[in-house]
Amino acid sequence: MKSGSNLEKILRAGHFAFTGELGPPRGTNVAVVREKAKHLVGMVDAVNITDNQTAMVRMSSWAASLIAIEEGLEPNYQMVCRDRNRLAMQADILGASALGIRNMLCLSGDHQQFGDHPQAKGVFDIDSTQLIGMVKKMRDESKFLGGADIDEPPKIFIGGAANPFAEPHEWRVHRLAKKVRAGVDFVQTQCIYNMERMRQWVKESVDMGLTEKVYILAGVTPMKSVGMARYMQLKVPGMDVPNAIIKRLQGVDKKKVADEGIKIACEQIEEFKEMKGVAGVHLMPIEWEHKVPEIAERAKVLPRPVV
Amino acid sequence: MIVAERKPFEEVRAMVKDFKKVLTVGCGTCVAVCLAGGEKEVGVLNSELKIARRMEGSPIQTGGVTVERQCDMEFLEELDGIVDEYDAIISMACGAGIQFIAERFPDIPVFPGVDTSFIGVNREVGWYEEKCRACGTCVLGMTAGICPVTMCAKGLFNGPCGGTNKGSCEINSDQPCAWHRIHERLAKQNRLQNILDICPPNDWRNQTPRTIVQPGYKDRLAAFGIK
Ligand code: SF4
Ligand code: SF4
Repeated sequence: MKSGSNLEKILRAGHFAFTGELGPPRGTNVAVVREKAKHLVGMVDAVNITDNQTAMVRMSSWAASLIAIEEGLEPNYQMVCRDRNRLAMQADILGASALGIRNMLCLSGDHQQFGDHPQAKGVFDIDSTQLIGMVKKMRDESKFLGGADIDEPPKIFIGGAANPFAEPHEWRVHRLAKKVRAGVDFVQTQCIYNMERMRQWVKESVDMGLTEKVYILAGVTPMKSVGMARYMQLKVPGMDVPNAIIKRLQGVDKKKVADEGIKIACEQIEEFKEMKGVAGVHLMPIEWEHKVPEIAERAKVLPRPVV
Repeated sequence: MIVAERKPFEEVRAMVKDFKKVLTVGCGTCVAVCLAGGEKEVGVLNSELKIARRMEGSPIQTGGVTVERQCDMEFLEELDGIVDEYDAIISMACGAGIQFIAERFPDIPVFPGVDTSFIGVNREVGWYEEKCRACGTCVLGMTAGICPVTMCAKGLFNGPCGGTNKGSCEINSDQPCAWHRIHERLAKQNRLQNILDICPPNDWRNQTPRTIVQPGYKDRLAAFGIK
């Protein structure tokens, strides 16, 4: 056991993992975090706490992670390279581990130009692959990046992101391989809509032997409306939404579109349960936390195993 | 070369509003090539200043000189006899040239006439593109001659990020994804191994002011007491 986190235990025991997501508030409104958390307790094995998502200032990820712990959730503490240099990152990693945070997701982060402080200086001192390597070094060698000894290393299950859809396609599996070599324990993928491409990428990962070293959690975001599907298709970089998905949503009665979106998500989850190389699902229902129990129920991932 | 842009006129005008005799010094090298601070721009700025101040009712006297390179003391010598006649200097060189002028004439206020923007190339007349951030640890050998520090919006060393979009960068569909291009060029050259290996965290050497003394000149400079 590298971290002893619930997520790590579930995955090591061979159970199909199910993780969720919770975005911290744009203020000190703790009640909102607790309210969102309530819908997730018992439904997911761990919940990603985003870090200044889309480059908008929010309550810090570690602070919201602690609130999640108080509410009975296990956080997956996200950290982006955009906002911190290697000193601040290592300090936060130590603090997070000391206070009981056991999972981390290492990300580059959306460019600051997209957010509410486009004038900000992007830090990008190290990149996400290097961040993964740094956490591993801290955990396994008990050394800071600079080489000095750590007095009690952090215990962290190390996560990263993977995008099976961005081009060039043939590079995607190699990028995963790089993160594996850097020391990633699990990856969560970009939201998946193009199942064909996903199957291909997972197969390549299996063939390269990567899935013996890393747990792949498939990213699923149910479409709430045709507008959302169109927006994702055209406006979100790195997202691959086939026309067939939009057609299918358009094909149902207006009032049933959201339901159809959940149906598609559940079908995907059913397929992932059977897909060799996929160890779980990461559900990202954007501002739809209250729907998680329904989705979990319909996707037949309840009750969550206790290890 | 170093690429600069002329400062907005109103900004320059406000900086020298209290001065009656101003010397505008152009630079004949990089900023002349990129049409920001050469002889011609010196003339234009001085005319604009004169007209604006005349309309204001507080006329200004201007002088214009363009030296070969403001980043070289040797060429600043020719200003020695001239500057005393003025109460301020506008330098239209890059930030380095401006500072060298201010250092040579520490008793006279020196103002920037341009905004120094980047180290770049001349794509076409009037069209310049940033290429290097002078990180001090060049990785172009690994990246097929495409700078990830400058050309990747996140300065990634193990790209591309998940935002890469059919060859474009996530920040803008008109901006090519540097890492997409790096991959493409390396693949063509059969050198993908370069980026299959993890590139370790960069050794940022541009965080303190830097000085370089070429090995052959060490003794000579030591004679002047320079380490
Ligand atoms: S790697 Fe550094 S030195 Fe080389 S081109 Fe890029 S910024 Fe300049
Ligand atoms: S899309 Fe490409 S160029 Fe833009 S930040 Fe990502 S890797 Fe860098």
